[in-house]
Amino acid sequence: MARIIAGVASSHVPAIGAAIDNHQTEEPYWQRVFSGFEKSKEWMAKTKPDVCIVVYNDHASAFSVEIVPTFALGCAAEFPPADEGWGPRPVPVVKGHPVLAAHIAQSVILDEFDLTVVNKMEVDHGLTVPMNLLFGSPQQWPCPVIPLAVNVVLYPPPTGHRCFMLGRAIRKAVESYPEDLRVVVFGTGGMSHQISGPRAGLINSKFDKAFLDNLSKDPNKLMRLPHVEYMREAGAEGIEMVMWLVMRGALDDKVDEVYRFYTVPASNTAVGHIILANRSRGAKAAAKRKAAAGKHKRAAARAKVHRVRG
Amino acid sequence: MAREQHDYDDIPGTFVFDQERSRQGFGINMFCMSLMKDENRKAFKANEAEYLKKFNLTPEQTEAILKREYNRMLELGGNIYFTAKLGATDGHSFRHLAAEMTGASQDDYANMMLAGGRSVEGNRSKSGKVGKAAKAAKPKAKTRSKSRSKRG
Repeated sequence: MARIIAGVASSHVPAIGAAIDNHQTEEPYWQRVFSGFEKSKEWMAKTKPDVCIVVYNDHASAFSVEIVPTFALGCAAEFPPADEGWGPRPVPVVKGHPVLAAHIAQSVILDEFDLTVVNKMEVDHGLTVPMNLLFGSPQQWPCPVIPLAVNVVLYPPPTGHRCFMLGRAIRKAVESYPEDLRVVVFGTGGMSHQISGPRAGLINSKFDKAFLDNLSKDPNKLMRLPHVEYMREAGAEGIEMVMWLVMRGALDDKVDEVYRFYTVPASNTAVGHIILANRSRGAKAAAKRKAAAGKHKRAAARAKVHRVRG
Repeated sequence: MAREQHDYDDIPGTFVFDQERSRQGFGINMFCMSLMKDENRKAFKANEAEYLKKFNLTPEQTEAILKREYNRMLELGGNIYFTAKLGATDGHSFRHLAAEMTGASQDDYANMMLAGGRSVEGNRSKSGKVGKAAKAAKPKAKTRSKSRSKRG
């Protein structure tokens, strides 16, 4: 059985990607940002997930204003980096996991999440910058990735509650996949930032830190936070943080906070990052699940008998 | 018809790209999207006013683009991730555009960001009706999800 072992949240500031691509990571300004991810890279190298599901948003790269899907699941075999006006980022092509992605689509749509299936898509900095922050800059990404693009550009984005519940549905889908895969879910974007209008440059560290605290310990408090509060408190573009709730919803209620990092600024943005791990499930939980599965099998067998008799 | 008012219209210095603005600004954003191609960037630069005729823009939208009035573009339905492509065509980064939209010099804006950014204090509300931080985001605030869902 596949299972979700951990969640990672990280900002996806394009300037971070530019700093990597232009070899500026050793400059003091950028060193402050990148040093915060050293431990995370070590954690990721040790964790070695089999698949990552990366929740991110497209920034007018794959989707213009012609089609705006609220949730779009990348089901393709690969996702090339998009040209965002400066040429495609010099990062490896992202390899997908079409079989697991198809399984997730099949499961969550019947769970009433009407997502869009995307079989051809380029991915922009929203996805590739967090990959760099957690995996560095390898020749090939070390594992397949399933992109989940969330609309946070055209108002209204899905509510935090909806995002959280989609995470729950994804977890259910992953756990019903027969192959033993260890999956890590990424939530990306944020933290507080506004890059549009006369109020651009807004940063609210107090809000961000409280958000991180609640994400870790009490996500129920974040689920009903109205969009206007994100925009007012964390900037118009700070609303991206709803995507972190998909990641949180995919984890267990109680998680261990493995690591956290926060710094201001990277370009216009507060950079936030957190790693949350599911607690290893004890023998008791495993037995309970096995019993439940047995019950299910017996019920299915009974149903079959009924069908035969009918 | 006057623009329908929303709770977020009370946020100062902010143009939320909502469904109404998206409808209104379709031409602006499609124009910006066209700048993803080099041949289009060249055609635009060769004769800006002529190039813009292809996008069914209002005279106000055309003027805002020609004059590079970035706030006005947002007000008329442009979205920052799209208008940033116009900025990139001119060789400007997101941060450059952000500084321009705030009316600050590039140096002053960069220094403000280094000093921790623009404070939310005094920048929450036009009407002054909202002054306190979002309670739901405070770690110690006791809130019941039931009462919250009514508000939300």
